[in-house]
Amino acid sequence: MADGPVAEALLRRLEAADGGLDSAELAAELGVEHQAVVGAVKSLQALGEIIEAELRSTKHWELTAEGQEIDREGSHEARVFHSVPPEGLAQSELMRLPSGKVGFSKAMSNKWIRVDKTAADGPRVFRVVDSVEDEVQRRLQLVRVGQAEKLGEKERSELKKRKLLTEVTLKTYWVSKGSAFSTSISKQEAELSPEMISSGSWRDRPFKSYNFSAHGVLPDSGHLHPLLKVRTQFRQIFLEMGFTEMPTDNFIESSFWNFDALFQPQQHPARDQHDTFFLKDPAEALQLPMDYVHRVKRVHSHGGYGSQGYKYNWKLDEARKNLLRTHTTAASARALYRLAQKKPFTPAKYFSIDRVFRNETLDATHLAEFHQIEGVVADHGLTLGHLMGVLREFFTKLGITQLRFKPAYNPYTEPSMEVFSYHQGLKKWVEVGNSGLFRPEMLLPMGLPENVSVIAWGLSLERPTMIKYNINNIRELVGHKVNLQMVYDSPLCRLDAEQGSPQTQETT
Amino acid sequence: MPTVSVKRDLLFQALGRTYTDEEFDELCFEFGLELDEITSEKEIISKEQGNEKAEGASDVILYKIDVPANRYDLLCLEGLVRGLQVFKERIKAPVYKRVMPNGEIQKLIITEETAKIRPYAVAAVLRNIKFTKDRYDSFIELQEKLHQNICRKRALVAIGTHDLDTLSGPFTYTAKRPSDIKFKPLNKTKEYTACELMNIYKTDNHLKHYLHIIENKPLYPVIYDSNGVVLSMPPIINGNHSKITVNTRNVFIECTGTDFTKAKIVLDIIVTMFSEYCENQFTVEAAEVVFPNGKSSTFPELAYRKEMVRADLINKKVGIRETPENIAKLLTRMYLKSEVIGDGNQIEIEIPPTRADVIHACDIVEDAAIAYGYNNIQMALPKTYTIANQFPLNKLTELLRYDMAAAGFTEALTFALCSQEDIADKLGLDISATNAVHISNPKTAEFQVARTTLLPGLLKTIAANRKMPLPLKLFEISDIVIKDSSRDVGARNYRHLCAVYYNKNPGFEIIHGLLDRIMQLLDVPPGEKKRGYVIKASEGPAFFPGRCAEVFARGQSVGKLGVLHPDVITKFELNMPCSALEINIEPFL
Repeated sequence: MADGPVAEALLRRLEAADGGLDSAELAAELGVEHQAVVGAVKSLQALGEIIEAELRSTKHWELTAEGQEIDREGSHEARVFHSVPPEGLAQSELMRLPSGKVGFSKAMSNKWIRVDKTAADGPRVFRVVDSVEDEVQRRLQLVRVGQAEKLGEKERSELKKRKLLTEVTLKTYWVSKGSAFSTSISKQEAELSPEMISSGSWRDRPFKSYNFSAHGVLPDSGHLHPLLKVRTQFRQIFLEMGFTEMPTDNFIESSFWNFDALFQPQQHPARDQHDTFFLKDPAEALQLPMDYVHRVKRVHSHGGYGSQGYKYNWKLDEARKNLLRTHTTAASARALYRLAQKKPFTPAKYFSIDRVFRNETLDATHLAEFHQIEGVVADHGLTLGHLMGVLREFFTKLGITQLRFKPAYNPYTEPSMEVFSYHQGLKKWVEVGNSGLFRPEMLLPMGLPENVSVIAWGLSLERPTMIKYNINNIRELVGHKVNLQMVYDSPLCRLDAEQGSPQTQETT
Repeated sequence: MPTVSVKRDLLFQALGRTYTDEEFDELCFEFGLELDEITSEKEIISKEQGNEKAEGASDVILYKIDVPANRYDLLCLEGLVRGLQVFKERIKAPVYKRVMPNGEIQKLIITEETAKIRPYAVAAVLRNIKFTKDRYDSFIELQEKLHQNICRKRALVAIGTHDLDTLSGPFTYTAKRPSDIKFKPLNKTKEYTACELMNIYKTDNHLKHYLHIIENKPLYPVIYDSNGVVLSMPPIINGNHSKITVNTRNVFIECTGTDFTKAKIVLDIIVTMFSEYCENQFTVEAAEVVFPNGKSSTFPELAYRKEMVRADLINKKVGIRETPENIAKLLTRMYLKSEVIGDGNQIEIEIPPTRADVIHACDIVEDAAIAYGYNNIQMALPKTYTIANQFPLNKLTELLRYDMAAAGFTEALTFALCSQEDIADKLGLDISATNAVHISNPKTAEFQVARTTLLPGLLKTIAANRKMPLPLKLFEISDIVIKDSSRDVGARNYRHLCAVYYNKNPGFEIIHGLLDRIMQLLDVPPGEKKRGYVIKASEGPAFFPGRCAEVFARGQSVGKLGVLHPDVITKFELNMPCSALEINIEPFL
């Protein structure tokens, strides 16, 4: 069974044909629309190597509707000439004829007719010659019978200008036998159906081949945000390393916990209005642990615990000022203070990943809020070597193995070290985190035993995410201006699987 | 971190050798500095103002070096070179001496009027100094670096340096009404009153930043010599009369401020750095400061302090095993002259006046570690045994996030800070009804308040993604902030879950179905019994009338869901119907 009568006819003719046949000629022979033959060609092509079809385009001239009318009834000017009787015709009457307007001026310029403006009943038209040759009609007739090439270029373009002719491009197929040519082809099934399975008819049916280079239909699904996918991985890494998650669900913090408890002096630039968001309401913390506050005040203003202190006039009012926490180290301070109240001391490993806020100048890599990742280990006798060892394990889990450490300054850690990793894409060392041992002036007022050291490190969540997902502008990642398509398309986060594409943004 | 800009060739000349850029970068890294940029004046001007302006500017190569914020002794070429030369054991750290003058000591008398505005002052003299153009520039630049850093933009301390030969002591540091202060300020040709100056400097790009320090005070600080010549009106400007030049031989330095400790440190730093160019190298001539109570002290302090640290403490803190002698050597390389004393384990460390950053043994430990080389320290894993726990609220959040995505919703991550308009006006609420915490110093309206609801962030996310195919189904599980006087800071976070459905139809049934699914996940059965959940008709300005319900679960109201009011949709620049759900998930912990 062939695929429709036209296809069947095509195959039969093709079998008999010598070499091949033209789709337009076939249409004419079969007396069907050319489009029907084209359809048959396409459906046969889809079956495989039954036929071969080569697309050809040919140009030819056709008469327009007006051209066809002239071909039948003569040119407007001829028709005007013929409607003028020997005794003449009133011009007004002539103008009412269908061809009147166009035909009159042409017949006049051909000098076939004349106008007598002095006639009694108004201008009157008379023949000038007895008979005329209708050249326009003759030329159009030539085109109709397919002999347009007999006309000169100039003649054709004049007719085209009068919108009597048009050049059309015809796309036809030159059809020839394919390598698997057969006149008896059967229709291929598109898909397996329940009926075929139950009747077993699938055994005898050919099936259309699939186009495996086409894309599939993506499933309707929800998507997790890339930054939070990375957050999940960091949580996982900390949990694998035995770190307990600290509560960080308090964006509002007092200056005391955010700065003073960390031995950050009250004149420190970070406590400036230009760097920190302070609160108008509630402007001040309502409660502070006063015993501890006094110890903190002492160490700032007079020293103690082996320290010279900063020797300045420490003010409680300054410590009470509420703010949006500038680092999660405020939460670490609270956690360490709680740890210090538990007797006897038990070693602890803590982590947190949460938002922090800075009243900073914004640019492509800095927003007023970002996520900070922090790890803390508190135990007897921890060393700088331990800090480096923990960092090595941590960064190895991120797929970062080439590390080196640079001396640095942080107000609340001493010794402090910046962590650098070698970036393959940038071919240079880039800073990937900051770390250190918390100062005794921070730990001892909390009540932690003297021989307990606390190592800590921090990094931002956004930067590794931007590197991982190759995002240059942080606004495309965080906040409402996020590109949802990016969210939809983002792959799984497997930090240790492979390095992200080379990073292009500034590194700090 | 302050950045110090030094001429490369001058630096190498002072270091007595040259380095490749890589070698010098490596040296910086080891010492805790950072070679931030290699540039030239020409390049800087060309970058900032275009090539034309840079025409003719110097193309001498500059190193821009980042210096740790507490190392004031490294803020100039002199200090950097001294620090690095001692580190590389090419020189011994110089000893700074305060000496009494042959003649009469210079006196600075503080009057009691200064108490309310800028009570402290210290002074010193650099005698027979020899400037060159480069030394002079460095001297001025160091003052600027100190002003920007330890002096907190002159608020804590301001420095004035004067040609002593143009003045005659004793000097008086007092405070006067601005209209009563009149002098010719630095680089001006006529006299102005302090009031006039404050006006003139409002348009001065450099000085306008310091005006606020004294602007609204009734009295301004001012220093006179015995002839009534104005030395300076701190912290704004010096007088022109005592201006120092390359040819100045004797420099009178005064530091005034509100922080006595820092004023003393600043003075120490300036004199230790530049006494190098005095005829008697590293000696500083004392000046006497007479306080309002009649007592007096001599400055600069140039105090050397002794600290005692046991070698095994340093070994234990760093994680190394060095002999006490070696540790003493390491510390000496860090400008901390050290020797082993007593039982052979005790190290005596001398903290010079240049190292005001050393306030605790831990600072000494760090310096030993730096000299040892951070990257030479053997890494080790602590034996700390702990069991990890997740924070329960975060654990629940993580679990819910996955199932929200599995339910076909996409996660958004929106800002915790926003405008009042976002959480109030646009939702048809009065700001006072939101109980929001307010920020006192937002730079723009985007940071006026902490959000009290997640909904505005999600609607703004949709508005920014209107080109995406519909429907848009978004969710976020994150914190909002509400004032709460039962908390120590007077505010607390709540963990909210918010979801929106945005399409050509409102889709209430979809948001409702999502709630049902969430309750199923949280194991909360439908119905009021057995700690179940119900939704009850409700209203709210953000919702279309009759299309809002309140969610009750486990006996309490946890949030609302409904079809958003067309006014809300319009105010968020949207044009399709939208339904939303927002609940507090903390009751389900």
